[in-house]
Amino acid sequence: MEHLVFELERTPGPAPRRAAVVVGVVASGNLEVLVEAGPFPDRCRAEIQTSATGFGDIWGAVLADFAARHPVAGLSLAVNDGGATPAVVALRLGQAFEEYTGRNP
Amino acid sequence: MTGPRRAGPSYREASARRRLAAILDEGSFGELLGPTERVTSPHLAALDLPVAFDDGVVVGTGLLGGQPVLGASQEGRFLGGAVGEVHGAKLTGLLRRALAERPAAVLLLLDTGGVRLQEANAGIVAVSEVMRAVLAVRAAGIPVLALVGGAWGCFGGMGIVARCCDGVLMSEEARMGISGPDVIEATRGVEELDASDRAMVWRTWGGKHRVLLGEADRLLEDSLPAFREAARQLVGRARPLTLAALEAEQAWLARRLADLGGSADALDAWRSAGVDEPERLPLLEPPAWSAAVAGARRVRP
Repeated sequence: MEHLVFELERTPGPAPRRAAVVVGVVASGNLEVLVEAGPFPDRCRAEIQTSATGFGDIWGAVLADFAARHPVAGLSLAVNDGGATPAVVALRLGQAFEEYTGRNP
Repeated sequence: MTGPRRAGPSYREASARRRLAAILDEGSFGELLGPTERVTSPHLAALDLPVAFDDGVVVGTGLLGGQPVLGASQEGRFLGGAVGEVHGAKLTGLLRRALAERPAAVLLLLDTGGVRLQEANAGIVAVSEVMRAVLAVRAAGIPVLALVGGAWGCFGGMGIVARCCDGVLMSEEARMGISGPDVIEATRGVEELDASDRAMVWRTWGGKHRVLLGEADRLLEDSLPAFREAARQLVGRARPLTLAALEAEQAWLARRLADLGGSADALDAWRSAGVDEPERLPLLEPPAWSAAVAGARRVRP
């Protein structure tokens, strides 16, 4: 297992404060993403627990791309990963953001 | 390929959270110990394995047909819905809550291979605690219903838990038992049982056989509305948990063993139960199937 923490700065926002959501399931090649309102209004904190070690750079790239596409400042992301591919991770992050912002406050 | 027409979204394909939300009255579900609480498995962490924020089970309160109920839903895709220490404690805690709150029913949406082997004795103890809690809730006159419609079915110790409940609702696609086909083949050999024979596996463990044997109450189509409606009808209907009721059940089991124990295949059992042309049963949709077996000798106590 590898524990990675990213602070995503230079991302638009702030995201609205909504009730937390979780999407996805921890399984082989899959992951769960928990989205909550975070402590820093100007950036997004992402904490990753992954069973695939040594892929920190790729996580950083996928998260930077996600933060460039979505106004995630002010959010906190927590991920439990069962070795999902970058494409699956990107889709889950997008799904998590959509579900979070689709919720009523 | 076109499947059978369903009255709504598939139960089997839905996530644990979606299932529970769809069974309960819309918007009524309130989760207890949700993912933000991060009550995760210490055993998986010690083994350096990934954890899930809810340890693979969603528990909470809600309404069904306007009546207060408690509900739990296992996520089969996380470690096969297997019961670890935290997962089991959430189930047991929910059942104990029922003793204090006295809801109209407790719904257990089971999708599980049984004990989580990674947690060894802690998982086994957890399942036995769930069994004890189910019986305590039933003894208090509160019905506990098992809904079995997921891809994993309901096996191992949780198969026993399902049969400790007041009622079991199953889809044809669901399976229920103690040891599953792969376990039997691995321990007794392929001559005993060929787990790759899917038609035989579903004849033996599937919903139709379980209902005909008297172990499940209703055969449902694989849809969320069908499970919701069937559960709604059973809320508030407790089976007596008395010595007389248990003795009657024991006598029924002995009679069933004498009648059907010699069957080499589910087809033989269906024939012995008085079903005409049992070969056609696996192909029938639930309504047609129910009509076809209506004349069969009920194997129910």
